[in-house]
Amino acid sequence: MSDQLFGAMLQSIIDGAPDKAAELARQALADGVDPLEAVNRGFAVGITFAGDQFGCGQMFLPDLLASAEAMKAAINVLEPEMLKRGSQREALGKVVLGTARGDIHDIGKNLVATILSASGFQIFDLGTSVTPEQFVAKAKEVDADIVGVSALLTTTMAGQKAVIEALDRNGLRPRVKAIVGGAAVTSKWAAEIGADGYSRNAIDALELAKSLMSKGTAQA
Amino acid sequence: MRPTIQLLSPELIERILREAFELLMNPGVRVGSAVIEQLQSAGVEVHDGVARIPESLVRRCLASVPRDFYLYNRQGEKAVHYGGDDVNFDPGSCCVQMLDPDTLEARSSETRDLVRIVQVTEALPQFAAQSTAVVCNDAVVGNDVVGSHNDAPSAIGDLYRLFVVLQHSDKPVVTGSFSAAGLQGMIDLLAADSGSPEKLRQQPRAVFDVCPSPPLNWSEFGSHNLIDLARAGVPAEIVSMPLAGGTAQVTLAGSVTQHAAETLAGITLHQLAGPGSPIVWGGAPAIFDMRTGGAPMGAVETAMLNMACAEVGKHLGLPTHGYLVATDSKFVDAQAGAESARSAMLGALTGINMISGAGMIESLACFSVEKLVIDAESIASAQRLVRGIEVRGETLATAMFAQTGLSGEFLKLKETRALFRQEQHIPCPVIDRSARGSEPPSDIFKRARTRVDELVSKYRKPSLPEDVLRKFQAVVAREAERARTAA
Repeated sequence: MSDQLFGAMLQSIIDGAPDKAAELARQALADGVDPLEAVNRGFAVGITFAGDQFGCGQMFLPDLLASAEAMKAAINVLEPEMLKRGSQREALGKVVLGTARGDIHDIGKNLVATILSASGFQIFDLGTSVTPEQFVAKAKEVDADIVGVSALLTTTMAGQKAVIEALDRNGLRPRVKAIVGGAAVTSKWAAEIGADGYSRNAIDALELAKSLMSKGTAQA
Repeated sequence: MRPTIQLLSPELIERILREAFELLMNPGVRVGSAVIEQLQSAGVEVHDGVARIPESLVRRCLASVPRDFYLYNRQGEKAVHYGGDDVNFDPGSCCVQMLDPDTLEARSSETRDLVRIVQVTEALPQFAAQSTAVVCNDAVVGNDVVGSHNDAPSAIGDLYRLFVVLQHSDKPVVTGSFSAAGLQGMIDLLAADSGSPEKLRQQPRAVFDVCPSPPLNWSEFGSHNLIDLARAGVPAEIVSMPLAGGTAQVTLAGSVTQHAAETLAGITLHQLAGPGSPIVWGGAPAIFDMRTGGAPMGAVETAMLNMACAEVGKHLGLPTHGYLVATDSKFVDAQAGAESARSAMLGALTGINMISGAGMIESLACFSVEKLVIDAESIASAQRLVRGIEVRGETLATAMFAQTGLSGEFLKLKETRALFRQEQHIPCPVIDRSARGSEPPSDIFKRARTRVDELVSKYRKPSLPEDVLRKFQAVVAREAERARTAA
């Protein structure tokens, strides 16, 4: 019975069907299924599958976004019950995101926020054209693990460097990891400005964030 | 007959404009604070930074836009005609990386790269204009390249690029400012070059790209630049860049409509500030790649968007611009050649007045000067194509046959000698048509490298009057100081 339900949950995420996902989440609660189990054995399996499918070129960004939206819908239903039971899904890490100063292009940053959030990271999205000081303040306030700076324009990429320098100045690194992305950003640029990581797309960003978290834990 | 291509029917264009006008009222356009007062005094409602611009006002502003204008070279000659079906090309702009021809790796671009691109572009007749092609990262980080102002901060990067181009070229320049504060310095530089702000207005040497942010957003600095350019009478080129599926509707027709709305809004802001000031219906629309999230510049749909957007502008009788002749490949390879040559042809057939993008690889992230000379050949082919098939002489064939009979000796005819240069584009040795000889054949990249070296070795720097150069340096010094104080 539960296996069937978990299978349907997984499918609702792959299908990118938020209404269906929410309905299945409500059904799970009604049936007395542990909400954490519903996530781990049902919905989360779906989002991982979607990520893999995207990685091998079988799913595309609109599919992936729909899956993430479905995931969000399911979590929204399950969260109050998880809180009640004290069995809240442990955040994989806290990530502060924003676009570099002067850059208002946020499509890539939003994708990363959606995918990371759907996969269990806690996201603090500062929006667009964020100053280094704002990044630093937020990272301190929420005790962030990762700060991600996005820049589309070749002219605003310098803003990524400024954020990394500000994190350094404030003594937040190496504990806080700095990652960068954006259309014109390359791994070489990331290395040049001393970033802890770079990824080409939102799915790679998820892998990057996970690997930085495991490194962070290993060091601690 | 000039061959043309048309993607949109007149009915569809009318529909695109109808919906674009609707968008300008609902949801309206986000505008910078600099233009709000001006809009309000024109009777436009502005709430929370969103303006609802009525069609009647836009139509009034459209009516004051010049149907055509010229860019002038340093000698004061008309060098680029914006208008009608005239087609001009310039290299892509504002790259941050340069393809190293030895290692085939992308490295940070520097002043020497910009100079090399300018030198090559100066020699190639296919390029009617220069562009401020690459970012000079060496100047930004403060190496000793700006002479006494060796600490040129990134804030004056746009000005510095123009400074470099003006020193090395006599051609007109397609440029742009990426901050509101930076524009005045660039206008001052051009005025120094022309002799006075008034002379610059009469015979503009440069056109400035100004970009809205999709969807339907004229940011603070974009709005500012439009007004400042309109007041200075220096030509502006609106470069709206909807990404179909990403920052605009996934349908090509929908993205063209959004482009039209953003451009109409820009023209309105611009003409309200300076009626009759020249402005171009330009753009760099692209599709949104559903795998990478990037903007594939080599995609045929990207070319189609550029063509369709230009068709809407032409329908309104305005000068046009597009972004083509670029590739998504990371090398100068068959993909680069195919994508760039294809879009050069399509852009030329559309009759786009200024086509930017040559030399660009990696979806505009990297510049290759070797590709620039290869693109010049694609452009020459496209230019040849749009000249079409012309009738020369009284008869097509009979008169010449009257001379040769059945001997077949056409090569000897004086008409052959007189006409072959008009009939055929004679490619430079970058294009290999030779029979296989004893030497092993070389590939196009190697031939392009040779060509670049040749052009650079023959290049002569224009002789700039000493007082003009001093004025240039004074403007750069002043702006560098201002930027330092601001920082």
